[in-house]
Amino acid sequence: MSLITTLARLEAVSTGVAQPAATVRHRHLSGQPLVFVPLTTSGEAGAPLGALVGTDRDAPRLLVVPQPRDRDLRFAFLAELADVVLPYLDSYAGSVEAAERTETDPETGKRVKVEVELCADAPQLIVPGRAGIEYVRLLGRSMRFRRTAEQDPEAPYPAPPRVPLLGRWLTHFGERARVPGSSLLLAMTDLLSRHWATGQSGIEDQHLGALLAWIDPPRGSTGAAAARTAELARDTDGQLVCPPAGPATDPAFDNKLLAPAFERYDRARTALAGAEDGLQADTRLGILTAAEREIRDLVASRTRPTWDAVWRGLDLLHRLPEGARVEERWTRDRWSFTGHRDRVLAGEPPQPRRDDAVTAANKLATREREQARLDAQEALDDPLVMAGRRLSGEAFAGEVLDVVMAYGEGKRPSPRPLVTVRTEDRPQLAEGAKTYRSLGGKPQSMEFVGQEAAGVVVLRVLDKMGRGKEPEPGSVPEKGDRFTLTLFEHEQRGGAKLPDPEATPWTHGGPPGEGVPEPADAMTQEDVL
Amino acid sequence: MDKTALASALGSPSAFGQSQFALTRGNAFEAKVKADGGAELLRLVRGHLDPGAEAAERAAVPDLSAIGPEGRTARTALALREAGEAGGWTLLDHPMLALEVAGSPAFLEPDAVVVHPDGSWTVVEIKSFPMLDGSADPAKVGAAARQAAVYVLALEAVAARLDPSPRVRHDVLLVCPKDFSNLPTASAVDVRKQRAVTARQLDRLTRIEEIAGTLPAGTCFAPDLPAEQLTAAVEAVPATYAPDCLSACELAFHCRQRSRAADEVTALGRAVRAELGGLTTVEDVLSAARGESGDPADPAVAALRRAAALRAEALQGAACP
Repeated sequence: MSLITTLARLEAVSTGVAQPAATVRHRHLSGQPLVFVPLTTSGEAGAPLGALVGTDRDAPRLLVVPQPRDRDLRFAFLAELADVVLPYLDSYAGSVEAAERTETDPETGKRVKVEVELCADAPQLIVPGRAGIEYVRLLGRSMRFRRTAEQDPEAPYPAPPRVPLLGRWLTHFGERARVPGSSLLLAMTDLLSRHWATGQSGIEDQHLGALLAWIDPPRGSTGAAAARTAELARDTDGQLVCPPAGPATDPAFDNKLLAPAFERYDRARTALAGAEDGLQADTRLGILTAAEREIRDLVASRTRPTWDAVWRGLDLLHRLPEGARVEERWTRDRWSFTGHRDRVLAGEPPQPRRDDAVTAANKLATREREQARLDAQEALDDPLVMAGRRLSGEAFAGEVLDVVMAYGEGKRPSPRPLVTVRTEDRPQLAEGAKTYRSLGGKPQSMEFVGQEAAGVVVLRVLDKMGRGKEPEPGSVPEKGDRFTLTLFEHEQRGGAKLPDPEATPWTHGGPPGEGVPEPADAMTQEDVL
Repeated sequence: MDKTALASALGSPSAFGQSQFALTRGNAFEAKVKADGGAELLRLVRGHLDPGAEAAERAAVPDLSAIGPEGRTARTALALREAGEAGGWTLLDHPMLALEVAGSPAFLEPDAVVVHPDGSWTVVEIKSFPMLDGSADPAKVGAAARQAAVYVLALEAVAARLDPSPRVRHDVLLVCPKDFSNLPTASAVDVRKQRAVTARQLDRLTRIEEIAGTLPAGTCFAPDLPAEQLTAAVEAVPATYAPDCLSACELAFHCRQRSRAADEVTALGRAVRAELGGLTTVEDVLSAARGESGDPADPAVAALRRAAALRAEALQGAACP
């Protein structure tokens, strides 16, 4: 956390309301995001309790597992989830535009341009918090190796048809969420704390209710007081007024409300199974339905406040103008979505449990490159972020005092004008260090020549001046111009190319060999207690 | 002392609690791991830590029941000695160990301790979070390792009293459910680092008598006292709140409230405090940033003023582009 953010947090403490941590929005927001608010059963891995999901803030779809330990009910939930999520994804997979991509021709080994499809837009999943992202990954992992009756008629407990496919998509979203700056799957707490600094610590910012209370406190209350209420206030029943955003539920809710409701449901189900005639069965079915209704109401009561909070957060974020380079990053998300769509269409197997060495190294390299890209782009888009870089000496703003024309020493003299800049910042420049300014969206590099006096530096312009002897008009700074120069590069170059997986060196385990289909998780009697 | 009750009496109840679902599942899993005289558990210990040892088909499972924690501790120490003399595998189910913390004994109950045929001891921690494709949540593994390190320290104290003193293994065995099933799987966790950290922290702890000595006579923490009296009593004990406390201490919400009331910057995190040099209150920092107080020669103050100026410039520029 930079000193500027710290200062913003302290101001938030003193004013009682969150302070801006960004002047533009640094993430793409879809016009039609799919919001997903899941709840899980505590103590059991991958046993969902219910969820609110949908694209219409006024009409979320409520999905509930009335008895999370029952495998059939769990599958029914996942099938319902697939019925909501997959049509949403499909609606984006259909409309494409033509795009070009450079690929290595397998025969000649040359880099050639190929015409490919790129989805015109991509879906976007929003979950309340970081734990929600982990839960999406977990759900993906629990589903993608399942076998449907069609794939494997022998498999015990076959999964409903679309469940493995949903698992593959959720895995892809979860994996993409690990790439810095990506926006396919976002957590609302991350989004909000990126754009506002609250008067509480980062740990406390993980609480969606408290975070929103700081950013947009109710009338007549300070953020601090509202946040405290959101965190701790309980009703006469001992239940939190603002339920946790999940997926974990509050233990008091589990013990006091949910456990008795499960018990009534189980009893009603046993009673129904033991019904002796039609009339009795009808009555008992009524009791069972009522018990299920009760659990549905409980789950709805814990997810609806979070659902509303996520949409409120989206409203707040929409008020900020989108950063200039956000669109470019979203295009990468569209590539990622298109790529996975193609892999699914091509009938490739689900993502493996463990990546092979080359895939893992590629993923890591991508994340590092995207982190550097995000850092640079956020600074260029947002003066407040740039202020942090200026404070740390990685950038400086200044005014041009003088420009002297000079030429390079090559055969063909090319323009290398010397620019004298006065700055009040303290850039950490070394002899020959390169600095960059943004010229019409493209970086122009200048080399540090020397320091004339305190706060006055001389730079040599190196490029973006055209091919002629005379620099193109507007490409050389003029006296009185003001601009910001950065010591970091604006655009990221890809690293060295890694070998194909088939050519993995022995130091990294050697070639992964023929891909064997991953077995589904074994089902055992003890799976469900 | 019951800190949960104390926190409630102070008007800042703790948010800790355990869902009965998690509890049931955790207990059922532990019972499954230890079923059949711990056959499965010993198989895991042998497979992960001691593959060269004799097969662990039969193991002694001594009865450790006794009256009171002191009695159980003594019974455990006796069982450990006997196990060493008898040779072979021994499983101690929920033994009790004593560890001196700040001058007073604390009683600990590991899930299990296994005595190997070579006489060495291993701590076993059984947790109900899943090990998914061979890896578990690092935060939870870290917490389990710190917990196990304390047991290792306590066992070392027991071992030191025996002659010859048996070896306490620094690899503890963490047993978790495999993937989404209820089948146990295990992993050896090296806790040398956590052991060293805990040992150092325990050495550095102020002894309880010393803390008690600084308190005014008659200080009492009984939760049925009136809130003001209780607040005064808790105030008398020095505490340094940081947000990390929220996940560890029942009194954290109370301390947070006091810390915020005192305008302390540490309420925003230890890292914040470290950045700000000698400035400890929010008002101090803000007035130094505004240039109303503080020594401009102080590097922390100078950096603050620069940060404040840059921030103001950026926000102004954004407001009227």
